[in-house]
Amino acid sequence: MRPTASATAGRYLVMTLMAAAVLLPFVSIILAAFQPSGAQVNGLSLPSSWTWSNFADAWEAAHFNDLVSSSLIIALCVVPLSIVLVTLAAYSLATLNPLGGRLMSTGFVVGLTLPIELVVVALYYNLQDIGLTNSYAGVILAEAALFMPFGVYWMQNHFASVPRELIEAARVDGANDLVVLFRILMPISWPAVTTLAVLYFMWSWNQFLLVIILMQDPSKRTAPAGLGFFVGQYSTNIPLLSAASLIVIAPIVIVYLIFQRSFVSGLTEGAVKG
Amino acid sequence: MSDDVTRVVPGRAQVRLGTTTAAVRTRRRTRGRATALLYILPAAAVYLGFAIWPALNTAYLSFVEWDGISPSTWVGLENYRTIFTSPTLGPALWHGLVLIIFFAIIPCAFGLFLTALLQGGNRRGMTAFRVIYFLPQVLPLVAVGITWRWLYSSDGLINQGLDLVGLDGITRAWLGDYDYALIALGLIGTWAMTGLCMVLFLAGAQKIDVSLYEAVALDGGGSIRKFFTVTLPALRGEITIASVITTIAALASFDLVFVTTNGGPANQTTVPGLLVYRLAFNEGNIGAASALAVLLTLMVLTVITLIRLLAREKA
Repeated sequence: MRPTASATAGRYLVMTLMAAAVLLPFVSIILAAFQPSGAQVNGLSLPSSWTWSNFADAWEAAHFNDLVSSSLIIALCVVPLSIVLVTLAAYSLATLNPLGGRLMSTGFVVGLTLPIELVVVALYYNLQDIGLTNSYAGVILAEAALFMPFGVYWMQNHFASVPRELIEAARVDGANDLVVLFRILMPISWPAVTTLAVLYFMWSWNQFLLVIILMQDPSKRTAPAGLGFFVGQYSTNIPLLSAASLIVIAPIVIVYLIFQRSFVSGLTEGAVKG
Repeated sequence: MSDDVTRVVPGRAQVRLGTTTAAVRTRRRTRGRATALLYILPAAAVYLGFAIWPALNTAYLSFVEWDGISPSTWVGLENYRTIFTSPTLGPALWHGLVLIIFFAIIPCAFGLFLTALLQGGNRRGMTAFRVIYFLPQVLPLVAVGITWRWLYSSDGLINQGLDLVGLDGITRAWLGDYDYALIALGLIGTWAMTGLCMVLFLAGAQKIDVSLYEAVALDGGGSIRKFFTVTLPALRGEITIASVITTIAALASFDLVFVTTNGGPANQTTVPGLLVYRLAFNEGNIGAASALAVLLTLMVLTVITLIRLLAREKA
């Protein structure tokens, strides 16, 4: 059943049209971002004069210095912290047969279905009581908790897929639990960990609702959260808004292009195994 | 996974069994199972403290009247009554359900259609396409929202396109239109979710045994019958999971609505998440906000259960 040439051409046509539908909005804002600031812009039109100044202006006006550094501080803490917590827990759940392990696995998985809205209302007041609102630590711990169900589930699946013989062999040689984890399992787990790390980075970078609630102080907000309020102030200046959006999008797109395999496998396999 | 410990690996494990007595082994194992808990402790502490405890707290707050500052008073189900009788809260729940059509049903249907069209073909260049189709999944929804605000505006790409094909009679500022705002909002979700559904389905379709299609062909079945008798049943798992993910995204949507319409015009696009935010952090009505958050959670759980039941029934 070799596909005919016309069928192949048809397939590529469909795939190209679909790709165009996905990309066209971006072409539109990229073109808009190069228009003179405050210009009356039409949907898809080449700028009469290309200008980079919108990016600098948007950077200044939206205080992206503060926003981007907050975003980076939060994401770069959430990722390693979560990875360590999740790896230890998943290792135990998958291979050490802890007391009540099955119940705990279920407990973690339940979190996959809880909407953030349910957590965040009381969370704000709980954190206020212990002085963790308007603090990086509060947001970091909250994100670590919210992303934990997926991470535990992902790493547990991964560790369970490692051949038991490998672990048993190490045990027979006298390796204790920690040695098994760090010497035997971790060296073969980097692909799974990388996938989880890039997903965590993305979720942390993109997190919005949690940040606008827990960070009332505008200078400590993350880039997307700041952008959400920036749009209210400059809603008619399309070139400036487009530039600001591109600034927020750029880091995550770069990470995505570098780690696209990890992203796609994480989001598809992670979903399907559930 | 419960039989991990009892499973005996042939050869090697036998050696160990011979060297330790049963009693020592049991004691060691119980102690091992207890120390195994230490590995889980840090994760469990963060998870319980920063996700489960607040979630339970929100459930508790749904039964009290509280402005966030002065002492709270127990009001039983009063907050829930408020929600069901309020002229703005009921429609928000309804809008959440309408969004399921655009975030879940249309993308899944569209994804299936594209899968049927594309499967089995030459896979060259697929990586590049997959990277593009997945792009909306990785972007902050706030930026997606701002992009679409502009596309939908009077001078935006959508109206420009309509002008081009001679439909200039129906151009308008879509997100500001009383009748069309919710649909316009929903279509952003369709744009974002279709790629995810399609990539999931294509990955699943790749695993289908080709001989099944040949069997249908031998029976004289055409491509439509192949799709309904082979592809669709084989993708049941993928379809279930895609609908669950997209449905949660629809019901619990917030970011997109917050930056595109903020509930307007005239509350035509309010969603539960938006009202939870407003009630709790703009109006200081924590009780009602919590009750709505609880209802939203129940709605999510109900719809997920329904999808899973439906998937099982078809098995």
